[in-house]
Amino acid sequence: MSNPGKAFKRNIRENPYLLAGMIITALILLMILVGIFWTPYDPTQMNSAEKLQGISLRHIMGTDNMGRDVFSRVMYGSRITLLIAIGTVAIGTIVGTAIGAVTGYFGGMMDEILMRIIDALFAFPSILLALVIVSVFGTGWIQLLVALGIAFVPSYARIVRGEFLRCRNMDYVENARLQGVSDLRMIFVHILPNIKGVLASSILIGFNNAVLAEAGLSYLGVGSQPPYASLGKMLSDAQQYMFTTPSYVLCPGIVIVLMVLGFAFLGEGISRWK
Amino acid sequence: MNENTVLEVENLNVFYKNNKSSLFSQNKKIQALFDVSLSMEEGEVLAIAGESGSGKSTLARTIVGINRDYTGRITKKYENDTPQMVFQDPYSSLNPAKKIGWLLKEPLRVDRNKKWTATEMDIRVKEIMEEIELPMSMLERSPAQLSGGQRQRICIGIALMRSPKLLIADEPVSALDVTIQAQILELLENLHKKHGISIIFISHDLRVVYKISDHVMIMKDGRVVEYGKTRDVYLNPQHEYTSQLLKAAGIIQE
Repeated sequence: MSNPGKAFKRNIRENPYLLAGMIITALILLMILVGIFWTPYDPTQMNSAEKLQGISLRHIMGTDNMGRDVFSRVMYGSRITLLIAIGTVAIGTIVGTAIGAVTGYFGGMMDEILMRIIDALFAFPSILLALVIVSVFGTGWIQLLVALGIAFVPSYARIVRGEFLRCRNMDYVENARLQGVSDLRMIFVHILPNIKGVLASSILIGFNNAVLAEAGLSYLGVGSQPPYASLGKMLSDAQQYMFTTPSYVLCPGIVIVLMVLGFAFLGEGISRWK
Repeated sequence: MNENTVLEVENLNVFYKNNKSSLFSQNKKIQALFDVSLSMEEGEVLAIAGESGSGKSTLARTIVGINRDYTGRITKKYENDTPQMVFQDPYSSLNPAKKIGWLLKEPLRVDRNKKWTATEMDIRVKEIMEEIELPMSMLERSPAQLSGGQRQRICIGIALMRSPKLLIADEPVSALDVTIQAQILELLENLHKKHGISIIFISHDLRVVYKISDHVMIMKDGRVVEYGKTRDVYLNPQHEYTSQLLKAAGIIQE
């Protein structure tokens, strides 16, 4: 306690998940950050002379069927994938937490009605739900983000509602109520800090699901549109050339795996945090 | 209502929702208290005793306003004063996510009768920490780093922050071991003597009740079985149940 820096270091040493997660995530983030300012080639620049090349010094992840540099496209695509994942989790967490907090805290009729709506949402597979939204509002990464966000709301609402149900009759809540704490202050200032651990790990798990769902939906062709591509879209474009140019499909795939792995390790590390 | 009466409760009936009731069943409510009346003078310590499930806590919770489903009348002398409560379990009555200093200031932050400035809050916290005999260094700790007795002191401190006229202590020492019990009781007695605060003291321990209270109310199954001056009740119990309790506690002989 006396020395937070020292405690942090010891915590890291005893917590290999956290360390691994931090390293992997930092690498991915570094790649994305650099990609905003500089990519080795223009990610949309085609070059008919350099189609479907394997890994080389000139193109460290090879080139695709139109001669575009895969590494540049991965740098750009991870950014889209990450944006969609962040947006999805943000929508899911904020809306889900609000619904879960209100229903769990107040209970009663509104709880029943909102939770049945959530149940109905839950009954749809999230990919199907996203497909419906995308087919109504058109394709594009913003639509995809909103669609996935809505699909993620129910699980957060459930988790947060459960925690609020647990907390709302605790003595400390009643004690605060006696002091005259308002309902809104109770929800956000008194109860919410007590569920931040649960929320943090479910956000990181949600992050993984979002990355994978984005990849899946882009693979089905409803995500970002050409000439730009998210990682999932690159995978689906690359599958025809899987055997002739394995690097084209492997490289975006590995980046997806690393992204998910990094967040999963971080989540595990945080839940083991002492 | 008498000039000196700080709290008067008349013919109180309290109900709970029946969670087991089905959609069409008749009794949707369970009655927890039957026709309870009491009156407290300023500076009095009233003890409410009885076995678990007798409605002691229900009565306390209705007086402070946690239970709202009741018939009858509750009259308080000080309208702006919310009676404060000290709970039985000091391990669950402090928010684990907050620091002690923050918890002590919270009643001041949400005070509707007065806007407290930061310095006023600090001064008040210092006063209270002296009253509950804890060092100022504890303000930076979180509840998990305190012992049960220390936590109960903090709970009493939080209850006293806005200087309430009425304090309800719901089995405040039942979760503590014997030596700490004595210390907490002594603290409550000192505060009572110093500030003339009226206290409702809920307990199932009749020895503790005798030590601290002026009046005592014995409850059973949601009804008052005996109510009077503590000394009179102990020396000359009118009701069979009261003498049973006194015998069980070893205060009177068979």
